[in-house]
Amino acid sequence: MAYESMIAETLSISGHNNEMVSAYSARPMGPGPFPAVVLIHHLPGWSEWYREATRRFAHHGYAAISHNLYHRVGEGNAEDVAAKARAEGGVPDDQVVGDTEGAVQWLKAQPYTNGKIGVIGSCSGGRQAFLYACKASSIDAVVELWGGRVVQAEDDRPEKQPVQPLDFTKDLSCPILGIFGNEDRAPSPEQVDLHEAELKKHGKDYDFHRYDGAGHGFFYYHRPMYCVEQAQDGWEKIFTFFQKHLA
Amino acid sequence: MCTSIVEIVKAEGSGKGSNGWFPITNTVVSYDHPHYAMLEEAITIDFVNHALGPGARAAVELTLESAKALQSALAKAIEAAEIEEGLRTKAA
Repeated sequence: MAYESMIAETLSISGHNNEMVSAYSARPMGPGPFPAVVLIHHLPGWSEWYREATRRFAHHGYAAISHNLYHRVGEGNAEDVAAKARAEGGVPDDQVVGDTEGAVQWLKAQPYTNGKIGVIGSCSGGRQAFLYACKASSIDAVVELWGGRVVQAEDDRPEKQPVQPLDFTKDLSCPILGIFGNEDRAPSPEQVDLHEAELKKHGKDYDFHRYDGAGHGFFYYHRPMYCVEQAQDGWEKIFTFFQKHLA
Repeated sequence: MCTSIVEIVKAEGSGKGSNGWFPITNTVVSYDHPHYAMLEEAITIDFVNHALGPGARAAVELTLESAKALQSALAKAIEAAEIEEGLRTKAA
């Protein structure tokens, strides 16, 4: 049996405006070079699920990092911090893009990465992953898991999210894998249709998978929305996609 | 957030959080993903004092029906309290 080992740890990175942001990193032990993935956490915050997902990528041979988008909101229990972030209207889109660029550049600077970087996020993090891939050109692939509010209604343009990510589709800089549940309401199947049509219109390299019988957040094994069959298939598609574009 | 349904009002009183009692400054009512309730979305009510940090929070996650029942109970209790206060004012 081959020896297997990984290191997982919290650390700090330089984020938007060179401000310090906390992050959680996991990677296989050894010299690499490893492909790399940045994980953008969801609305419930920089949670245990995201730390597990970060380690899951390390288990599959990736150097992975999940940065804390709510770092500036305050320190404490992830649920309390997420509740405070919600009361503050979330975090500004520009700040998210800057922090994610910081995580990407941190990975690129590590001697054990192969220079290929992917970004993945779910829920609000899915929206932010797509937004980042449109606003920056530093990555090689992006995975959007049921990104809520990629399509925003005309009367849903809050100060911190002033432009719907859909409007930036023409600037998407890399191939995208999208995974959605047909029973989801945010995004609804109609919103996913709009999202897909815009990608098609601009000739982007996209691959959307929509699962029947699945709603929002169907990867979360600790929530009632969990759908084991669809989640397993979705994870396989993610690893196949990243293997193709990052290996 | 996925719904952007958040209502915030000022509040005066006390809440009991994980570190004991604290004075509250605001009530935050939202309809979004809960952390614990086995629901896709829930009415979440947070009684908070953000000046004391994210941990100064007393939280509940309710079904829509439970939230409506709470709304009704609050209305009835407030109505009765205002009658009681009126009687006290007269007596004084």
